[in-house]
Amino acid sequence: MNENFHTVLLKRVEQHANPGLEAYRADGGYTGLRVALQLSPADVIEKVKQSGLRGRGGAGFPTGMKWSFLPKDHPGPIYLAVNADESEPGTFNNRVLMEKDPHQLLEGIAIACRAIGAKTAYIYLRYEYGRSYRTLQRAIDECYAAGILGPRVLDTEQSLDIRLHRGAGAYICGEETGLIESLEGKRAWPRIKPPFPAVEGLFRKPTIVNNVETIACVTHIFARGPEWFRSMGVAPDPSNPRDLGSYGPKLYGVSGHVERQGLFELPLGVTSRELIDRCGGIWKGRNVKAVIPGGLSTGFLTADEMDVPLDFSGPVKAGCLGLGTAGLIVIDDQTNIVDVLFNSSRFYAHESCGQCTPCREGTRWMEKILERFRNGEGTERDIDLLIEVSETMGIIPGTTICGLADGAAWPVKSALKKFRGDFVEYVRSGRRAPASRLALAH
Amino acid sequence: MTVLTDELRQRIVAEFPKYPTKRAVTLPALHLVHESLRAVSPAAMAEIAQLLELHPAEVADTMSFYGFFRDDSNPLGRRRVWVCRSLSCMLRGGEDLLVELSERLHCRPGSTSADGRCSLEFAECLGGCDGAPCVLIDDELYLNASADEIVRLVEGAPAAEGSLS
Repeated sequence: MNENFHTVLLKRVEQHANPGLEAYRADGGYTGLRVALQLSPADVIEKVKQSGLRGRGGAGFPTGMKWSFLPKDHPGPIYLAVNADESEPGTFNNRVLMEKDPHQLLEGIAIACRAIGAKTAYIYLRYEYGRSYRTLQRAIDECYAAGILGPRVLDTEQSLDIRLHRGAGAYICGEETGLIESLEGKRAWPRIKPPFPAVEGLFRKPTIVNNVETIACVTHIFARGPEWFRSMGVAPDPSNPRDLGSYGPKLYGVSGHVERQGLFELPLGVTSRELIDRCGGIWKGRNVKAVIPGGLSTGFLTADEMDVPLDFSGPVKAGCLGLGTAGLIVIDDQTNIVDVLFNSSRFYAHESCGQCTPCREGTRWMEKILERFRNGEGTERDIDLLIEVSETMGIIPGTTICGLADGAAWPVKSALKKFRGDFVEYVRSGRRAPASRLALAH
Repeated sequence: MTVLTDELRQRIVAEFPKYPTKRAVTLPALHLVHESLRAVSPAAMAEIAQLLELHPAEVADTMSFYGFFRDDSNPLGRRRVWVCRSLSCMLRGGEDLLVELSERLHCRPGSTSADGRCSLEFAECLGGCDGAPCVLIDDELYLNASADEIVRLVEGAPAAEGSLS
């Protein structure tokens, strides 16, 4: 499948192209920005709407619609905040894009700023991406020297500054209002919405927050046209009037129990089966037990669900939280899902920001209950308790400000529906997980 | 006697034009101080607050939220080694790697070796899942990391002055 597809977002990455400005321009770079600068901001937004682009950071919200939520005729300033705090376990495509092809991102930022009337863009970059930081800073410096950034973008009346801002190791900064609070110099406690950032965001001004991959798509929508973007992917389901379709190329990261982990660009709608094949299959000649389709929070697909299309609606129909970040984590048949869930719950307990009690306490309860299973002390009542905790935390039941708790609860709910036998096995066998040798070290 | 050198102060002040508020310079300032002094002491926090026209408690509040910064009761060694323990890395041996590095580098996660050469940490997802298990040394990511490779890189770092060994 997809033999005739040519990569676009990863083209220069795969060619090991020089990440410098000169090489980027020689390859047709910054022609999309020239197109956008000749259009009115409203027309730039219109083209993004026509493309059908939906946000790549996890929620899949239509990008052009998000941009059009800005107040009309606002005196400014208006900000663009690029979410480069990529931290969802299993997700790494932003890192590759920034390290290997920084100008593709910077061009998209300049186009987005033209659309929304922003004169300053901040890239909120997780601290751990030191190489991305240095590569992007060099690329930004090149742009100032070449007149792409600064008071006159490519000799137009448009001005633009791009600032890099480094985070400090907190998953919650990937939540858009947590990111905004963090950028303002505060603890990254997500804000109650409304007001949404488009109305009142960074420094209390209208702000658009977009993911790195989303912005990289914008670059090509202008270089190649919205029709090109719309020519691939999955059309809306005619029986569902709320389905907006899944258009364009998508980056799929695959990690875990495969022969060769890696990053793939393919039209939206590829299946887990095809991606696992591209990775050389399951490692050690084993079989697949489960796939987490879009970053840790999305839940599980079973071995019988390997043909679910990984577009914006496929995983939802199979009981997952969504496509998420399309970072697949592949799990082989020698793995107990209780052990996977313990790892997942420990992550969310560590990363809960502590603002909302159901999340702060609920994530820790889930971790403790799963630890009990792993110690051979779990009971069938604990299964019910896990279900109760997971159903009472999050935006879905209406008890928390942001979706971290939903992301923590979903894998638990999904596992108890699809892999309940793994819990029962722990309970009946009285088996204990192997103790970490860390406790014994020294 | 101040804790922050003139050079550090100048580097913090140089961040001001990038933001409409001085408070937004909190994280950049903490990074600059932390990297240079290997910890942020209460005195350093107060001096940052003064530069940013904040109450020291506001700087402390932000600093304590991010697990990244160490206070002066537990300063960093020369190199900081983070071993990812999140799911993709766990599935490919990340937890065993952390144990082995803890033994070979002579420090438990969260602490610093006696010779001051390295601090070891566990990390949640480092974004290097295409090369799980991965390790971050300072801010450079090492994919498909082996204990031998990481030990070699860390042992190339000089021992800290005034260390215990």
